Amino acid sequence: MEQVISVAIFVIMFGVIISEKVERHLVSLGAGLLMLVVVLGICMRSPAAIWNTINLKEFATTAFWYAKEESAGGSGGVNWATIVFILGMMIMVEGMGRAGFFRWLCLFMAKAVRYRVLPIFVTFMVTSFVLAMFIDSITVILFLAAVTVELAEVLGFSPVPVILAEIFCANLGGSATMCGDPPNIIIGTSLGYTFGEFLENTGFIATISLVFVMAYFFFGFRKELSKKQGGATSYPEPSTAIRSKKDFAISCVIFACAVVLLVTHAMTGLTVATIGTLIAALTLLTSFKAAPVLLKKVDYKTLLFFVGLFIVVGGLEQTGVLNLIAQLISKICGDNAYVMVAVILWVSAIASAFVDNIPFAATMIPVIQSLAATTGMDLSVLSWTLACGTDIGGSATPIGASANVVGVSIAAQSGHMVGWGKYCRVMVPVTIITMAISMACIFFRYL
Amino acid sequence: MDGQVIISIGREFGSGGHEVAELIAQKLEIFLIDDKLLYDLAAEKKIPYEEMKKYDERPKKPFLSRTVAGFTNAMEEHLAKMQFDYLRKMADKGESFVIVGRCSEFVLKDYPCMTSAFISGDVKTKCERVMKKYELSADEAKKLMKKKDATRKAYHNYYCEGKWGDSRNYDLCINSSTIGIEGTAGVIMAYVESKAKGDNKGDK
Repeated sequence: MEQVISVAIFVIMFGVIISEKVERHLVSLGAGLLMLVVVLGICMRSPAAIWNTINLKEFATTAFWYAKEESAGGSGGVNWATIVFILGMMIMVEGMGRAGFFRWLCLFMAKAVRYRVLPIFVTFMVTSFVLAMFIDSITVILFLAAVTVELAEVLGFSPVPVILAEIFCANLGGSATMCGDPPNIIIGTSLGYTFGEFLENTGFIATISLVFVMAYFFFGFRKELSKKQGGATSYPEPSTAIRSKKDFAISCVIFACAVVLLVTHAMTGLTVATIGTLIAALTLLTSFKAAPVLLKKVDYKTLLFFVGLFIVVGGLEQTGVLNLIAQLISKICGDNAYVMVAVILWVSAIASAFVDNIPFAATMIPVIQSLAATTGMDLSVLSWTLACGTDIGGSATPIGASANVVGVSIAAQSGHMVGWGKYCRVMVPVTIITMAISMACIFFRYL
Repeated sequence: MDGQVIISIGREFGSGGHEVAELIAQKLEIFLIDDKLLYDLAAEKKIPYEEMKKYDERPKKPFLSRTVAGFTNAMEEHLAKMQFDYLRKMADKGESFVIVGRCSEFVLKDYPCMTSAFISGDVKTKCERVMKKYELSADEAKKLMKKKDATRKAYHNYYCEGKWGDSRNYDLCINSSTIGIEGTAGVIMAYVESKAKGDNKGDK
């Protein structure tokens, strides 16, 4: 009975989120509350299950803040480490944006290649990939796409192919590290993987894919972007992006600190929750007067959405539904590891192309844990597979990932309509190519 | 007629709302903004007209669009916003015009010179008009009317506070089947004229 109700809550939650009739954080919190009261409280009569799902005790554990030894990961329920880390990154990114860092970087890159269109195209793909390794892809695209539109007007080229390439590279870059894309943060914190482990595995796959992706976009749009452009007389100067030199310097230092802390967190023992807290505190302290504004700008709705989502997934886990899904996948795949990887990769990719990849990844983590336990398959291989599928698959459609929506919207605001047809004609083939490369990499490297 | 005049015409498909708008524009010698709006926007934004037409007066597709931090991938919504801005800009410039659809009775509600009318019609008359105009059978015409009205309603109700065709949102609601195209245009112009003269002063 509780399994049926928990699945119904999950499915209805997903449906209402997709319909956009109600804000998604309210939907997930409402569904989370229903899961706690109806499923865990009334049906299962288990206060312990409710307590485990809310998981507030996690804050009191040393491992939440410091984990010198290899950690087995979170204990299910609300993944507070993910939430604290994302909160910290949001504050840092807001501070950097206010200082003009991102716009400066984009214009600096354009100036470095002397405002020539094809080199800008290539440079912006790499910039998008690298930035998205450390910063959320929405911010990356928000600034890159805006500068692309600005340069397109000055230099007389169509910004659409460039923005599409940036979107794809941002999603690909996000797959390369533990903090690049929310599914990776959730996978990393839930299963106890480090930044370095992600870089060695998904980072390796993403870097190989990047070469093919850049070739795809470059050769696909080289002619279109090489057309005779209007002779621009003045170009936007990078220095105009900097609002305050002091704030700019501080934000650069904090960003560098964040990168160093993330790269070395396996050595230092500082968890992502601690890193998130440190960089948030540093940003707020150094921008003292602007601190209230920075705190106000935090996207609390997204954080609340995560809380509700984790509760719903925690409920599914407690009722054993996710074990049943794992058994079903195991039955379909038998003992064949190749089939299992292919199924997880492609199902994740296709699902992420149409639904939010965050709930999908959060749901799949207990599933792959169960699969690894029952079939003896290496959990890390399934984790990298899940990360690649959910992160990269989302690029295929305009609604598959947040960066896609933001990029397409910025293009439209400047008068470049990018409907489903135009978007998918470019992005579906490159997504399929990248998924095939990822699958080949996983097959050859791990199986 | 002296001073700025804006007339917003909402209409059911087949009610002849467009013809009414054309007639009023012709008689008052003011602009008719219908497809002109798309042509102007296409020229301003350098977007092909056909590409814009695809998204004109259509609701966003609920399962094929997403909104993230205020950004949306729904091109219908982007075009609608461009059109609303265009209308406000025209109104701010002091232009007189007749506008068909585009949520204009809601978008321009703060302009005192705006008069809004919703034109409906009997199914039989609307059907005959659609059959003749599009060379369709009665069944095909009815299906098309149903589809077009559903699209207009969904489009309107997504952006506006009031419901499409709800008499509380318009100055006038007229059944064009009863008094014809000329009669409907006449009623609207008489209302506009009366409003311009300030005929309601004595009632206050």
